[in-house]
Amino acid sequence: MSLAAPRESRLLVYVTALVALMLTLLPLPSWLGLIRPPLLVLVILYWSTMTPRAGGIFIGFLGGLILDVLQGNQLGQHALALSFVTYLAVRLHLLTRAKPMFEQSFFALGALLLHEAVLWAIDGWSGHPINSFTRWLPALTGAALWPVVVGLLGRTHSPR
Amino acid sequence: MAFIGRGLNRPSSRDTAPGPRFVVFAILSIVCMYYDQRDSWISALRYYLQGAAYPIQRLVASPQVLWHWGSELVETREALRADNAALKRRERELSITALRFAALEHENAQLRALGQAMPPLVTRTQVAEVVSVQLNPLKQRLLLNKGARDGAYTGQTVLDARGLLGQLVRVGPWSAEVILITDPEHAVPVQVVRNGLRSIAVGAGNSGELLLPYLPVNSDVKPGDLLVTSGLGGIFPAGYPVAVVTGIKRDPVLLLAQVRARPLATLERDREVMLVWFDPKHSAAPAAAAQSDTLPQVTLGAPVDPASAEGSPDAEDAP
Repeated sequence: MSLAAPRESRLLVYVTALVALMLTLLPLPSWLGLIRPPLLVLVILYWSTMTPRAGGIFIGFLGGLILDVLQGNQLGQHALALSFVTYLAVRLHLLTRAKPMFEQSFFALGALLLHEAVLWAIDGWSGHPINSFTRWLPALTGAALWPVVVGLLGRTHSPR
Repeated sequence: MAFIGRGLNRPSSRDTAPGPRFVVFAILSIVCMYYDQRDSWISALRYYLQGAAYPIQRLVASPQVLWHWGSELVETREALRADNAALKRRERELSITALRFAALEHENAQLRALGQAMPPLVTRTQVAEVVSVQLNPLKQRLLLNKGARDGAYTGQTVLDARGLLGQLVRVGPWSAEVILITDPEHAVPVQVVRNGLRSIAVGAGNSGELLLPYLPVNSDVKPGDLLVTSGLGGIFPAGYPVAVVTGIKRDPVLLLAQVRARPLATLERDREVMLVWFDPKHSAAPAAAAQSDTLPQVTLGAPVDPASAEGSPDAEDAP
């Protein structure tokens, strides 16, 4: 298992994460915004699975923190949720990345649902409970988009 | 935090030691959340982070800005002329309405036994552009291109040409975030114009709807009733139009009627909104609670001290 040169791939990770962050903030019509896939989470999941040394928990934390500031959430909410799923992705990367794409999507779905569950719990604890079922929809679209993310990001670096 | 696991430079992926790293970041996040809830030093940090994040937000909004700019550029002469004619017509209508306004204001002041006209409620307005829009069932927010450097403050009232839009929740150096009245976490104290019935309008999470969940089944509300701000709550001034009642469901089993209303402000189409500063001495102004840390010494229902009205320059101008 030869990993890409850490510095080069780290830059790539930051650039793609920034692009995903911008797409996350892009204004969409409300019905489309409802199912907007959590691209930032997907991209960070991808890097933590494929090159766990370049991805990793720090970028999950940083990306979450920036998202909190940009979206006006409670500071640290997305940071915690994202570092948690990144931790899981790094821990389980040997297990997940050898799986066929279809199964990987299920792992992605699990991770996205966990991510949303952490957000949901924090929303509840901090006294802003949002229990609408629509908040779980982006996890589904995100999991459906996982093969696309893998296909796109897979082109940006040499095969492992 | 990178020091953890750096010493082990084996080409294995196990050397990143994700466990301890995760614990460190989780604790950091929780500390952030703890202090963010308690509104302490972290709000200063947040102020600067918001300033730092503003370029990213501008960048994200830039395609839209370019599109609007481009479509304005290629707008035809006929379209502009039609626009101009419509605006002139509207201006004429408004000025005819305003003709009676001064007289009514004076009459109102007399009825309230003040003897003199009130100082103007609005002391300053500032047009702000909408940089980005976040409209989903969980959050209904706008980002404006004016911030603390322009004097904006948290809790400030935001209007558009048709009615109440929302209030500022987070103010950065150059940008500010508006929570719209349709946000599910927002509630605005309202009053039915027809009969003075007071209630609270809560956002429903979609930009065309407000809910009034706290009205008794037998309360006197009809579709078409205009709701204005009641001035309670210390955030919004009294008398600004908020919404029109669209539907009422009275279920005899329930104690409360289910009332729906449509906001008057064009929440999803606005590209320019107005920040408003109020004269705190005016009786219709919010009790300045948002601007000061101490509660004002006002007894409810007491008439406004006429002395405060005397100081204003246009007190004598009123007809």
